[in-house]
Amino acid sequence: MKYLWYAFSGVCAGIFGGMGMGGGTVLIPLASLFFTPDPLALRTANLVSFVPMAVTAVCIHAKNGLIEKKGIGKLVFAVTGASFFAAIFSIGIDGTVVRRGFGVFLLLLSAFQLYGAFKKEGIGTNKREQTLSGKGIFAKNSVKKELRKK
Amino acid sequence: MELDKKELLLLLAAAVAGVVNGLLGGGGGMIVVPLLNFVSKLESKKAHATALAVILPASIISACVFLFGGKNDFLMLAVMTAGVVAGGIIGSILLKKLKNEWIARIFAFLMLAAGVKLTFF
Repeated sequence: MKYLWYAFSGVCAGIFGGMGMGGGTVLIPLASLFFTPDPLALRTANLVSFVPMAVTAVCIHAKNGLIEKKGIGKLVFAVTGASFFAAIFSIGIDGTVVRRGFGVFLLLLSAFQLYGAFKKEGIGTNKREQTLSGKGIFAKNSVKKELRKK
Repeated sequence: MELDKKELLLLLAAAVAGVVNGLLGGGGGMIVVPLLNFVSKLESKKAHATALAVILPASIISACVFLFGGKNDFLMLAVMTAGVVAGGIIGSILLKKLKNEWIARIFAFLMLAAGVKLTFF
């Protein structure tokens, strides 16, 4: 019964994870709702299960044309590099302070996100918004030159 | 390699997302999605899908750190992974079908829930 519940928690978390909305936010509290798994083992399961799910989901999204590939390398490099060094650094620091600080940051960001999400021309919906291939880090060189001329 | 202000902002914010991911073992995606939404002006569907691809390599590192250095319950890990992958396939299909407005709303509430959990519990 316990493992059936864990599998069910995984499915629920996976739905959010596959949509690019995390998953750990759902998996950890849901799995601990009726049973008391070891917190560290649960955290490991959460992080490890994310990897095959994300690989599968990225393949599906790529097939559906939802992944913006241009310039993605720079972002991956920045995120992965910083993550690697932070992981080493994290060994000697108190995680509670970081967790609370990030929690406050998320609360502020969610207020902004909620405001944007319920506006008539909400975030991520504006038809006039440029695509990544049009400007900025993902721009083609020809587009960049054109923008500089302007 | 030339970088304009917007590119620098994107890379700096991406590095912050990486730091959060490294320190907490996850959560970087919560920063990458708004970054792609607000700075790169990507529609929600593309922002979420691209964020997943951006955060994946960092998550592999975190997963390895915990898998080899943490505590394991292999049966729990196996059933959860099977469930999460099955759910991930459903979520991937849902992302294509849902409207951008709804994706942004669901994400905003999830972010609020994560913020409350991390701050108060």
